[in-house]
Amino acid sequence: MAAASVEIGSGEAALRDVANAHQPPAWGRWLLWAFVLAVAANFAWIAAHNPHFGWPIVGQWFTEASILRGLGVTLGLTVVAMTLGTALGLVLAIARMSKDRLFGSLSGLFIWFFRGTPLLVQLIFWYNLSTLFPEIVLKIPFGPVLASWNTNDLITPMTAAIAGLSLNEAAYMAEIIRGGLLSVDKGQVEATDAFGMTRARALRRVIIPQAMRSIVPPTGNQLISMIKATSLVSVIAMADLLYSVQNVYNRTFEVIPMLMVAVIWYLIITSILNVVQGFIERYYARGERGTGGADKAPVRVEEPA
Amino acid sequence: MSKAAEGAAPMVRARNVHKSFGPNEVLKGIDLDVAPGEVVVVLGPSGSGKSTFLRCINHLESIQRGFIEVDGEQIGYALRGNRLNRLSDHAIAVQRRKIGMVFQQFNLYPHMTALENVVEAPIGVHGQPRGEAQAYAMELLARVGLAEKANAYPRQLSGGQQQRVAIARALAIRPKLMLFDEPTSALDPELVGEVLSVMRDLARQGLTMIVVTHEIGFAREAADRVVFMDGGVVVEQGPPQAVLGNPQHPRTRLFLSRFIEKV
Ligand SMILES: Nc1ncnc2c1ncn2[C@@H]1O[C@H](COP(=O)(O)OP(=O)(O)O)[C@@H](O)[C@H]1O
Ligand SMILES: [Mg+2]
Repeated sequence: MAAASVEIGSGEAALRDVANAHQPPAWGRWLLWAFVLAVAANFAWIAAHNPHFGWPIVGQWFTEASILRGLGVTLGLTVVAMTLGTALGLVLAIARMSKDRLFGSLSGLFIWFFRGTPLLVQLIFWYNLSTLFPEIVLKIPFGPVLASWNTNDLITPMTAAIAGLSLNEAAYMAEIIRGGLLSVDKGQVEATDAFGMTRARALRRVIIPQAMRSIVPPTGNQLISMIKATSLVSVIAMADLLYSVQNVYNRTFEVIPMLMVAVIWYLIITSILNVVQGFIERYYARGERGTGGADKAPVRVEEPA
Repeated sequence: MSKAAEGAAPMVRARNVHKSFGPNEVLKGIDLDVAPGEVVVVLGPSGSGKSTFLRCINHLESIQRGFIEVDGEQIGYALRGNRLNRLSDHAIAVQRRKIGMVFQQFNLYPHMTALENVVEAPIGVHGQPRGEAQAYAMELLARVGLAEKANAYPRQLSGGQQQRVAIARALAIRPKLMLFDEPTSALDPELVGEVLSVMRDLARQGLTMIVVTHEIGFAREAADRVVFMDGGVVVEQGPPQAVLGNPQHPRTRLFLSRFIEKV
């Protein structure tokens, strides 16, 4: 028996001490790494030396003014639509989870409709809203008119794009946020109730911060989809990044180099977002076992202001 | 044997309390008075409705018949002339603010440190200035023996330490009444003592407490009165020596006999 032999001499005990163990070299893994790196380098070499990619043209257009304007539109639309979509999604999620039947069904109806129809169609509808409703009127049902607007004045490509993207996003975010809220332990809701917290404060201070752990990763996904989904607005004549490069290659016929400009920009943005998402996830993981320092951190009592 | 002065208005007054979950009637007419400063320990087999009754007192569950008063105010309802009106969610939240609750599973906020857990309600619900709330919170954490863990997150604490933080959190709102629902049942045996000793101190200091527990020893030492519940009714109640030492009802005797070897 091995256990018995260990006790025979202290020499063997030292030998078997795992503190002195070595990691045998993993030749197979090194080989695999070398192979993968070689393939990647080869691909890079081929791409760099293939004249059809037109790298000089890519470089020439990469920071050209109209491209940067398009990039700005893409980023701006993403930020605005995502912000509005998340805010509305939060309201929809809370409404859907409320005990109130009316709010619950209205929210369900909204989500059903906006998730159930193609975004492209929604965008075109918003853009052509004036043919359906030439005037938008604020009035009491069957009662007097309070205010009215000409639809054509309200709906520009910009407002149609924002409305289409954010309403569609809201439907998806509502379900992501609802899933996050449901993932929070019921005991937490109970504790906030028992302490007499208002609904709003309980959500803000206790429930949402804990739900964030499961909300952030799919939201990162949504954000990245959104950046690319904004390219759909080119159909309603919004000059986003893709639209701007299309504008150029329609004149110059340098399709691949111009698309590479767009591709590289999209990849840069997504990479930055991935890094940011990592930071956010680490922030909301605080309080998990092994993070923060119970013993290191000194007790700090703030002075009264 | 009650510490409370005879004739003082009760802190809790429950009359004919009925509660059903669907067809399952869990509370079948509970009557209970708790005097200010009194420590009542509720015993009873699992499923007898102890937690449900406790949760009705701060209206985490609504009752279907009877009424419950805390500190002279009917919980969940208000009398307007001859009409009894249901209170709004906000008004109920306000009523709960003088009742502290300690849960079996602690229910600390995991994303907040011990200190943040304790000051959350005083600052956010009771509107105390931060400095004042933190000073009192540190005092309470010291009282439960955890001053040096003020900046630890719940998951970095043992179960016993978490439950003591939870007790400090409930005390921070200066409650008139404290409800404990099996505060030691989720703890490893060697950690039960530290929590019970904190609770014994509170009992000695004259806090009004209703404690649901299976710790017969705690009931014997700290309770002014022991209430034995079974099948949704109060079967027997009285001073601990009487109920624990000389139970009158066969169901009480049967229940206690299971603990003989434990104590
Ligand atoms: N939210 C609920 N929904 C349905 N039934 C419940 C609920 N809470 C408790 N019950 C039932 O009520 C009965 C009493 O439960 P409880 O008050 O937790 O008993 P105890 O705390 O004495 O063990 C049990 O039969 C339980 O299944
Ligand atoms: Mg229980």
